[in-house]
Amino acid sequence: MNFLARHRIILPVVSLAVLLAATFYMQPRAMSYFGLNLLFNLAVPIALATIAQMMIIMVNDIDLSLGAFVSLAACVTATFLNDTPMLGLLILLALILSYAALGAIIHALELPAIVVTLGMSFVWGGLALFILPSPGGESPGWLRTLMTVKPPFAPMAVVAAVIISIVTHLLIIRSGLGTVLRGVGGNARSVARAGWSVIWLKALAYGLAGLFGVLAGMALVGLATSADANIALRYTLLSIAGVILGGGEFTGGKVSPTGAVIGALTLTLAASFLSFMRLSPDWQIGAQGAILILVLTARLIFSRKGVET
Amino acid sequence: MNPLTKPWIWSWLAAAVAFGLTIGLTAGHGAGELAYAALSFGAFAAIVGLGQMLVITLGPGNVDLSIPATMTLAATLALKAMSSDPGTAFLGLCIAIAVGLGTGLANYFLIFLLRLPPIIATLAASLIYQSIAIWSNRGLRIKPPTGLADFATGRFLGLPNVAWVGLLLAVLVWILLERSVWGRMLLATGQNLRVARLAGVPVELVRATTYVSVAVFASLAGYLLASFSGGAALNMGAEYLLMSIAVVVIGGSSISGGNSNVPGVWGAALFMFLVVSMLNSYGAGAGVRNVLTGTIIIGIVIAASTRRVRA
Repeated sequence: MNFLARHRIILPVVSLAVLLAATFYMQPRAMSYFGLNLLFNLAVPIALATIAQMMIIMVNDIDLSLGAFVSLAACVTATFLNDTPMLGLLILLALILSYAALGAIIHALELPAIVVTLGMSFVWGGLALFILPSPGGESPGWLRTLMTVKPPFAPMAVVAAVIISIVTHLLIIRSGLGTVLRGVGGNARSVARAGWSVIWLKALAYGLAGLFGVLAGMALVGLATSADANIALRYTLLSIAGVILGGGEFTGGKVSPTGAVIGALTLTLAASFLSFMRLSPDWQIGAQGAILILVLTARLIFSRKGVET
Repeated sequence: MNPLTKPWIWSWLAAAVAFGLTIGLTAGHGAGELAYAALSFGAFAAIVGLGQMLVITLGPGNVDLSIPATMTLAATLALKAMSSDPGTAFLGLCIAIAVGLGTGLANYFLIFLLRLPPIIATLAASLIYQSIAIWSNRGLRIKPPTGLADFATGRFLGLPNVAWVGLLLAVLVWILLERSVWGRMLLATGQNLRVARLAGVPVELVRATTYVSVAVFASLAGYLLASFSGGAALNMGAEYLLMSIAVVVIGGSSISGGNSNVPGVWGAALFMFLVVSMLNSYGAGAGVRNVLTGTIIIGIVIAASTRRVRA
């Protein structure tokens, strides 16, 4: 195994650095506390959603309902959590538990996760429409304060990204439980043979995904100050792209929380970078796709050597 | 042989129940109209579903997320080329199919040459197709030529023309899958890629043709949908992303590949339309409708899977 294949984290770090350097070159004024804050402002909810998706990909499943789920969490935050905090908290807790239950059901009945989450995306979307038929609601004051806090040295978004990646790294890579969870993705049967209950582990992985999905919705409301039922629908695809950009694989429990956070930052930055380039709005989306393909192409250098050995 | 063991029967049963419940409300009035509408709108879902089914048959991880973008791009470029002039329907069709060939090949090259997972490759590529569609469209809404619009909204022997196209394609796909060497190779590849390769199946050729066919199906659906609804819109394909996957799975095809089911796709496409119109006619709001649709999808998947285990 060569150096690059062993240190997969290098790829996301380098792509973020290159993109950041290009942005600073185009717009030197972005190289400041205020500039960085603007660039990465929306990265926090995307990073949290990417971590949520990573939990699901870690156990070899894929979640097509995440965007709808984050939207629903955002709607609950902007309405119930603001008006009646206790009830709001209970609803959010129930959402997390239902995610855990979903994981258990998918495992127990051997259902394809892609289809169940596809169906659930209708359910979450419907509930969100039910709560907030038209855009509105209000962010709880404390959440707004938390998301706009100005810590010394580095802007809020950067500090939050570092904290998220440290916490999830400790949880998934360092802790014993995290190792077993990744083992479910690697070889569920051997984890079961070792005496673990795979159904509980799957429920735990889905529950963690639910938790981070709810956090993403809350962070989003804190930034946007209001919510609507479609606020985060694009997060489904963004989060999958973020996990893969961060060096994760769809199978085998190979995931990297730090990489996923960096992947989310890269995706956010790509959007800012394109607006600095004064690209015609027609091509903005396409250029984002091109950047995605470009960064992923770099994976070839990392994976090919690994496959051959 | 017990017909209940056929995996496609469930989607047809579900469609029949939804149809019955809707008609029950009106005491039989409008049954013909409802069936006609279901066949018209179901045809588009069925056409993209057939394409998605072929890709999903290729095995785990294979799915085409660029279907909506391909539909939009094909429809936009075709309508632009026709610019509402009479007698250009064939030209438009050729352009739509050429777009399908182009996007299909592009998708395949991303997957094969760059070794990207199909989900990510088709997702990233779809962003580019979308941009090309936005750029070439410029917000114009070009009407399809009258002849073509009449064909797309017309009927033949009492059935909508688009449904005939969908049925024809379904028969074609069924023959290809069940009776041709290519279909056998596709199923073999989906069941076990390694074994298929060792047995001498040209796996890469099969994958390439499959990714091209799904794109051609999508572009055809886009061309018909634009003619049917009086013009191309940038978001016209959006609902077909989840729809295409849903009809494949409800139709009884295995999501892990290697086992496909043509009649089920049509049943599921009818069902997806009928369930929405059923909930509409019972006066359900958008929120309730979505929740119930999702619950019903999951319910059918659970029913079909427990059925398979017992059988």
